Amino acid sequence: MANRITLDVTRYDPAHDEKPKFETYEVPLRKEWVVLDALNYIKDHLDGSLSFRWSCRMGVCGSCGMTVNGVPKLTCATFLSDYAPGPVRIEPMKNFPVLRDLVVDTSDFLLKLAKSKPWIIRQVEKPLDEEYFQTPEQLEAYKQFSMCINCMLCYAACPVYGLDPLFSGPAAIALAQRYNLDSRDQGASERLDILSQHDGIWGCTFVGECTEVCPKKVDPAGAIQQYKLTATMEWVKSLVLPRGAE
Amino acid sequence: MINPTEYLPKSYHTRLSTYWWLTRWAYLKFILREGSAVFVAWAVIVTLLQIHALARGPAEYAEFQNWLRSPLVLVVNAVSLLFIIFHAVTWFNLAPKAMAIRLGGKRLPNLAIAGPNYIAWAVISAAVAWILLRG
Repeated sequence: MANRITLDVTRYDPAHDEKPKFETYEVPLRKEWVVLDALNYIKDHLDGSLSFRWSCRMGVCGSCGMTVNGVPKLTCATFLSDYAPGPVRIEPMKNFPVLRDLVVDTSDFLLKLAKSKPWIIRQVEKPLDEEYFQTPEQLEAYKQFSMCINCMLCYAACPVYGLDPLFSGPAAIALAQRYNLDSRDQGASERLDILSQHDGIWGCTFVGECTEVCPKKVDPAGAIQQYKLTATMEWVKSLVLPRGAE
Repeated sequence: MINPTEYLPKSYHTRLSTYWWLTRWAYLKFILREGSAVFVAWAVIVTLLQIHALARGPAEYAEFQNWLRSPLVLVVNAVSLLFIIFHAVTWFNLAPKAMAIRLGGKRLPNLAIAGPNYIAWAVISAAVAWILLRG
């Protein structure tokens, strides 16, 4: 294995640049390095002005999402040696506006996430000294969707989100499902009213790339299709039992 | 959106290319999968034409069969067959993702839902083939 590798990294200074451009850096190729290590090497030794987000460097915070050779990846979870002999192309996450270099504007996702009401909704609160009991089976029902770290790689991979910025997106819907399926939650109908819209779950055409790129195996595509089934059943019920049934 | 200020100039919005679906194999497969619906519709049209010809009598039906044997129609139908198989396979493989059926706490494996679809497809195809070929 060679001991150096070339990185082509997007640079964009909004004060001076019309549009993003690439800059080439040569970094050491260490067997145990991830792409994030290479970026930090650039910042420490080659070009201190390179801007990028990262935090935990172990795949749980969701900060370091970028596009590596065209694929959305967590740079702390992507080995540099997998791309040897290089060059490796590192760009900001797709489908989000670029603020600077590899940093994107994520506020759209945060707005959409809030619309999903990702918290336990109760019609009747329990008194504070009474716990909610939940069996392991009840936990299994939603546990996979609770693994989401809000890294937004699924939004970068979703062509529907790229083409229609109004689409709610994989993570927002998967997190809505996480709460819908939680036995402690009573807010399913509230979320359904918001999400069973043209740009909610029905914007999804089941491309499935969101599930492919998810680093935590959340399977947002599965969550959305299951939600579609639920929404359809609710619609049928509303036709057959217009006054509603408990 | 973060509003532009003196200290934070406007962000850069990358335009999605019209050919976004050619940039990755996964996207191309998706477009082909969606496009296979056109060939399913064509198969329905051919079947309707066949029934129409059948109802008109043996002469009309012989003409229909000749039309089916013409090179262009042969090629189109061969391509349609490939696309319809692709359509069915991708559909059966995706169906389990939409159904999270739990039995005794554990989720049913994907094959438990896809499998019966494939078996039904094979059985019905065998039955149709037997009816058509025994005469």
